[in-house]
Amino acid sequence: MFGLDAVELARAQFAFTVTFHIIFPAFSIGLASYLAVLEALWLWTGRDVYLNVFNYWLKIFAIAFGMGVVSGIVMSYQFGTNWSVYSDKVGPVIGPLMAYEVLTAFFLEAGFLGVMLFGLKRVGPKLHFLATLMVAIGTLISAFWILSANSWMQTPAGYAVNAEGQFVSVDWLKVIFNPSFPYRLVHMVLAAYLTTSLVVGAVGAWHLLRNPHLPGPRVMFSMAMWMAALVAPLQILAGDQHGLNTLEHQPVKIMAMEGHFESHKDGAPLYLFGWPDQAEGKLKWALGIPKFGSLILKHQIDAPMAGLDTIPRKDWPPVPITFWSFRIMVGLGMLMLALGLFSLWERWRGRLYINRGLHRFAIAMGPAGFIAVMAGWITTETGRQPFTVYGLLRTADSVSPLAAPAVGASLLAFIIVYFIIFAAGVLYILRLMAEPPHAGEPGPSSAQPVRTAGITPAAGVVQGAVGS
Amino acid sequence: MSVAVDLATLWAFIIALAVFIYVVMDGFDLGLGILFPLFPGKQDRDVITNTVAPVWDGNETWLVLGGGGLMAAFPLAYSILMPALYAPLIAMLVGLIFRGVAFEFRWRTRAQRNLWDIAFTGGSWVAALAQGIALGAILQGVHVEGRHYAGGWWDWLTPFSLLTGVSLVVGYALLGATWLILKTEGDLRDRAYRISWVLLFAMLLAIAAVSLATPLLTNQYAHRWFRLPTVIFAAPVPLAVVGVTVLMMKNLAQKHDVWPFVLALALFFLSYAGLGISIYPYVVPQSVTIWQAAAPERSQLLMLPGVLVLVPLILGYTGWAYWVFRGKVGHDAGYH
Repeated sequence: MFGLDAVELARAQFAFTVTFHIIFPAFSIGLASYLAVLEALWLWTGRDVYLNVFNYWLKIFAIAFGMGVVSGIVMSYQFGTNWSVYSDKVGPVIGPLMAYEVLTAFFLEAGFLGVMLFGLKRVGPKLHFLATLMVAIGTLISAFWILSANSWMQTPAGYAVNAEGQFVSVDWLKVIFNPSFPYRLVHMVLAAYLTTSLVVGAVGAWHLLRNPHLPGPRVMFSMAMWMAALVAPLQILAGDQHGLNTLEHQPVKIMAMEGHFESHKDGAPLYLFGWPDQAEGKLKWALGIPKFGSLILKHQIDAPMAGLDTIPRKDWPPVPITFWSFRIMVGLGMLMLALGLFSLWERWRGRLYINRGLHRFAIAMGPAGFIAVMAGWITTETGRQPFTVYGLLRTADSVSPLAAPAVGASLLAFIIVYFIIFAAGVLYILRLMAEPPHAGEPGPSSAQPVRTAGITPAAGVVQGAVGS
Repeated sequence: MSVAVDLATLWAFIIALAVFIYVVMDGFDLGLGILFPLFPGKQDRDVITNTVAPVWDGNETWLVLGGGGLMAAFPLAYSILMPALYAPLIAMLVGLIFRGVAFEFRWRTRAQRNLWDIAFTGGSWVAALAQGIALGAILQGVHVEGRHYAGGWWDWLTPFSLLTGVSLVVGYALLGATWLILKTEGDLRDRAYRISWVLLFAMLLAIAAVSLATPLLTNQYAHRWFRLPTVIFAAPVPLAVVGVTVLMMKNLAQKHDVWPFVLALALFFLSYAGLGISIYPYVVPQSVTIWQAAAPERSQLLMLPGVLVLVPLILGYTGWAYWVFRGKVGHDAGYH
């Protein structure tokens, strides 16, 4: 298909399905924690507004979680279908981590999800809160294992290679807590929280623009802006630390991210922009701050930095993608910081709920978290190329013995299917978001078809009712 | 070495258990989708999806454990079988995507509800058929060279695999129909009784056809079923199938609520045991045994405490969730 071989098609399929999938876990990790906080606040203060906002986001969570589950199943089978040689070789190390993810996280989430979505009336508030908490904890445990597995592919440790050419563990603690894992986990969980706060903030802002006195949107917007103000700076710090760790363990990835085709003996510049030309091995039209790259990465202005010219070309990652996706992520991160600080300032001046400029900014930033998360994953995953296990197993040697038409056909199928369900899912989520949370907001409703925002007035009369 | 042998066998049982739990749990909710065309009424369909809405997510998670567990405990088998079953697996995934989102989406739209109902039905049919075809393809064996699958990407398609595919659709539909007997009342349940009768006979026919066709595939299967000593273990299986069927006919006639579903599960268990008798100790039939495919001892050991502690825990809270949503689902009440 399109003149691509099986390896390129399998890579395209993995990139497409994982990029699509990642936005749902990123959203559900953050949203599950947010829901747990909302329910805790409701139980603690007894204020109905928290329950209303809880039920409002619960319906959105149900849709996003469902899409995350089905796209996640695809991921777990894709290792075998498209990357069977990889599975055979890496399975003994990665497999147990993913099996633990299923056992400790997926079942926890799925097992308590039903009670969380539909069970408030049946089990009462306290047990229901326990279910919400279990789902939230499950999403975090899931992040723990999958980032451990991914980090091992980036910075492998604690392994040996056996006679069959398989990677085997010699020290599980070193495998699980491999060098880049703590940084990656913190970076991803913060990203999930930030992403969710931006979405919640945008929805709150949207309704505040129409009516600044609605209690639900005020709660949403205020909580979201606290989150953005606190987490955005933390995330920048975490990202910087992650970068230093990457420089130590995956220097080639940093060269690609920074556009350093050439070595710099006495201090590398920080390139802000430029056009990476992979074929010529040059950053064209580069605009940079002299010596600043060394200052950031080595905290020393004259520190020498090696460039891609010291690495064989066959080991270069695709520089333009890594370079650009990194800049998109960092740029959006700076805008998030700006939003957080802006909201702090307006809060201090008592204008949080009335500054329309702030609200418009927050709405514009609504999808920024998703884009930044995708860009971040693209940076780290393409930066790992041309290896699946960094420095040890080449991507070209990981693929299934399949003909290109098979991989191409399945890629096409996934593209079509994902676009259909994504379009529908986003449409239904936006439809729910178009209404503000109402007094007596019902939870996930399925007893009757609901056209807008799942409003079932009859149910709303009873506090704690989750539909009719 | 003795430790390694025991571990491989133990893991074969664990994975077989995970797959079995998946088959019966997602089986009945896939069955509901398969039966959807027989229940065109909107209210009926709402009730039918309401009977599983709180639990289907957990049911499907066993599929992830089956796949993930196979990769972890028998990576070689995983890496041979997945490419061999490429087309049916992709079809299954696409089917599961559609029916999974349809669960949520059909409540969120009035205009496109019929479309999502079609997606729910179509997805369930495709996923069930693909799983059955994959089972048949595994039974008939795949072409292995070295550590790789060496066949083509249409090898799975044979009359035998189509037979197992259709059989599984019938079996899931029977699970779904008896589940409806358990969870619904009134006219809906009455129709579920009538459908169960038809499906019970269809399932018997399917079991008979697959049982007759399987020993014809290879001598190994034939020997298992018709020679000593294995026939001692094998012979009770068909006898038990007859016994369970008679019991089920009795309970259907007496309009019992619970037993038809339990007995349908028993039929599945017997069929599954029959498969196990046929293929053990191969994980890729006729090519790779469980010992050849086993992951290094350290990998299998790491997961063992996890499985032994966590699976009972999972079954515990899953059981609790089913208990919370116990009882009949009526037109008016539901969970929602």
